[in-house]
Amino acid sequence: MKHTAQTALGAIAAFCAVGISVPASAAWEPVRPVEFIIPAGTGGGADQMARTIQGIVTKHNLMKQPMVVINKSGGAGGEGFLDLKGSSGNPHKIIITLSNLFTTPLATGIPFNWKDLTPVAMLALDEFVLWVNADKPYKTVKDYVDAVKAAPAGSIKMGGTGSKQEDQIITVAVEKATGSKFTYIPYKGGGEVAVQLVGNHVDSTVNNPIEAVAQWRGGKLRPLCVFDAQPMAYDEQIADGKSWKDIPTCKSQGLDMEYLMLRGIFMSPKATKDQVEYYIELFKKVRATPEWQDFMKSGAFNTTFMTGADYAKWVEVEEKRHEVLMKDAGFLAPPGN
Amino acid sequence: MEELVNLFHGFAVALQPFNIMVMIVGIVLGVVIGVLPGLGGANGVAILLPLTFSMPPTSAIIMLSCIYWGALFGGAITSILFNIPGEPWSVATTFDGYPMAQQGKAGEALTAAFTSSFVGALFAVIMITLVAPLVASFALQFGPAEKFAVYFLAFCSFVGLSKEPPFKTIAAMMIGFALAAVGLDSITGQLRLTFGFTELLNGFDFLIAVIGLFGIGEILLTMEEGLSFRGGNAKINLRVVLQTWKELPAYWVTSMRSCVIGCWMGITPAGATPASFMSYGIAKRVSKHGANFGKGEIEGVVAPETAAHAAGTAALLPMLSLGVPGSPTAAVLLGGLLIWGLQPGPMLFVEQKEFVWGLIASMYLGNIVGLLVVLTCVPVFAAILRVPFSIIAPLILVLCAIGAYSVHSSTFDVMLMLVFGVIGYLLKKCNYPLAPLVLAIVLGDKAEEAFRQSLLGSQGSLGIFFSNTLVSTIMILGLIALFWSVIQQGYTRLRGAVA
Repeated sequence: MKHTAQTALGAIAAFCAVGISVPASAAWEPVRPVEFIIPAGTGGGADQMARTIQGIVTKHNLMKQPMVVINKSGGAGGEGFLDLKGSSGNPHKIIITLSNLFTTPLATGIPFNWKDLTPVAMLALDEFVLWVNADKPYKTVKDYVDAVKAAPAGSIKMGGTGSKQEDQIITVAVEKATGSKFTYIPYKGGGEVAVQLVGNHVDSTVNNPIEAVAQWRGGKLRPLCVFDAQPMAYDEQIADGKSWKDIPTCKSQGLDMEYLMLRGIFMSPKATKDQVEYYIELFKKVRATPEWQDFMKSGAFNTTFMTGADYAKWVEVEEKRHEVLMKDAGFLAPPGN
Repeated sequence: MEELVNLFHGFAVALQPFNIMVMIVGIVLGVVIGVLPGLGGANGVAILLPLTFSMPPTSAIIMLSCIYWGALFGGAITSILFNIPGEPWSVATTFDGYPMAQQGKAGEALTAAFTSSFVGALFAVIMITLVAPLVASFALQFGPAEKFAVYFLAFCSFVGLSKEPPFKTIAAMMIGFALAAVGLDSITGQLRLTFGFTELLNGFDFLIAVIGLFGIGEILLTMEEGLSFRGGNAKINLRVVLQTWKELPAYWVTSMRSCVIGCWMGITPAGATPASFMSYGIAKRVSKHGANFGKGEIEGVVAPETAAHAAGTAALLPMLSLGVPGSPTAAVLLGGLLIWGLQPGPMLFVEQKEFVWGLIASMYLGNIVGLLVVLTCVPVFAAILRVPFSIIAPLILVLCAIGAYSVHSSTFDVMLMLVFGVIGYLLKKCNYPLAPLVLAIVLGDKAEEAFRQSLLGSQGSLGIFFSNTLVSTIMILGLIALFWSVIQQGYTRLRGAVA
């Protein structure tokens, strides 16, 4: 019933926005509204990206059928993945993923693996930055690492989103690289984490750029390094005369950890080649719009785009890597769960 | 003074004909969304978000925030008429609103609810206008320990409220805590008490429990009592609005207190739901008519509605100035801001003056428009109660089922709702109060999360709950509320001994 209501509203939205539709030439096209599932709550990074895409699709009339966004965040996103897994052969369902594509099945033991789904495309990769409060004396990674090493074990608090997910994986990696011990405090969302850092309730975070950029611009937070192989590409000034590009990589500062989070699209099991092709074309069109480019810039995303075998291979490598990282950190679900 | 100049600029923006039209459309949609249980403000705003992408950002946020006001208003309607809270924050409104409707005073209850909502929102907007920067920095002081203290206070101000023996209240609350514990444990990232059922991954959704416990439970009770719907003699003309307005100024103390509680909860951000419960609890304690609460006391409608609306409005402040949403709906609005290319945060007030003040001005106007829209509909709503029970009951059942289904688009939830309905009926027959159960389902997991986050931070020391003035004050207030009746008894006895 909600679907019907959403469909109706979506249709109204589509009509209000443009009026008449443009013919597309793909061999397969949706004949019903497409459900776009977000395996995370409203307001988070995946949610923002999915709703931006929905807005772009509606505004530029990229689809004949409406796109309906649905949050299925239960069980760290397991609800959304299981829903898609159970919709075998339904081409009107796609899902946007974050790292919980790997971490949720590994940490909770729910019966799901990305191979159950059909990979469509990698839209972008989300960066992670090490942040501290601007009032703190640490100006560089070295200052920070020295302070962490000097403090008694467990007294430095690292805030992050969720438990046994990407933020905590990075925290464990930082612990290993520095030979120290943090207390990791999980919160519900990235925006909340950034504000907890501004309020000095935690000592550092590994927020995504988009989650903390407002506080950086407001002079409340300071970025120390980015967990990527090369600095971010955006050279527009943000705060203190610095741009995203000026943030050094953590590796160059002696903190040997690289981590990027997948923002990609999957569809239901047993999708045909034509159907996958349709969505790839759709997302290519989305990526070409100025709105998407603005969004990429505001969140300092890594704009790598991949499809087909390349994408599947990338995901496979990442899965292996997560297995190792999570096993080392002791995050795997107990057997038989 | 600069703020006032900015505000008048804002009014000029909000009063453009297109924006006024957008405002009215938003309010009407919002009321509809608020009335449908389960759909909820957050879902409603999320569904309608794409509608606004073709508008200028200021008009878009005006429309979406008006949907939000509308949903806040609308939530009260089904609570009062059918004992089914359309929104989590209107649960406390059912406690006295529904008995009033049963006594044929539905019009009064609705008028009181809408007017109080308006007063609460107005108070919060004035506060946002005048002290926005100051308040934003206050919100920063709230870490996990402070948040837990607030939840603790909410629970404590509720224990001992009921006429039932305290052990029944505590038993009901414990059932609520147990239900709230099901699902993903957000601190360890592990599943808890799901027994392998994937349907339980998400835990028991509060809305499904409430729709079942209150809505279905009530229908079962009414059926037992002979299929009659009390309240059929409701007055249905607009004069009832004016008559109620004459009564309302007498409750100004309750109103003001509820406004303050609401603003505080909205900013911290605990949200509208704990605000409404806490405000109701405290009003019952303090009021002269406290003993009549729960039997159809108009003050029992004023207190939660004022606080809920003040909190709902104040919740937008941390969203704009810090980028942290104070409620689920605010979270969706936040996503909208980002899509329009506006970056919420400390710089928004500096860089996007026209937008911010246009929005604030629309809060004033939107609430006035909202009040007018809903008040003119009071007689229509009240007239619904004249429909015979045998017709209205199936309709309510269908409405409840749709509501339960729409929360997660799952038929399992509809079954769950029916089970909760039977539980609600049984608990009522055994005189167990439902309110503490509901409160525990809503706030249980949040309180647990804040508690465990605090202890993680303090490495296991409980001292963190008394580590600074702010958190200690809230904790001590909570303890006083918890032991209020004991303290009161002791005081009376002491006075007796002295005399």
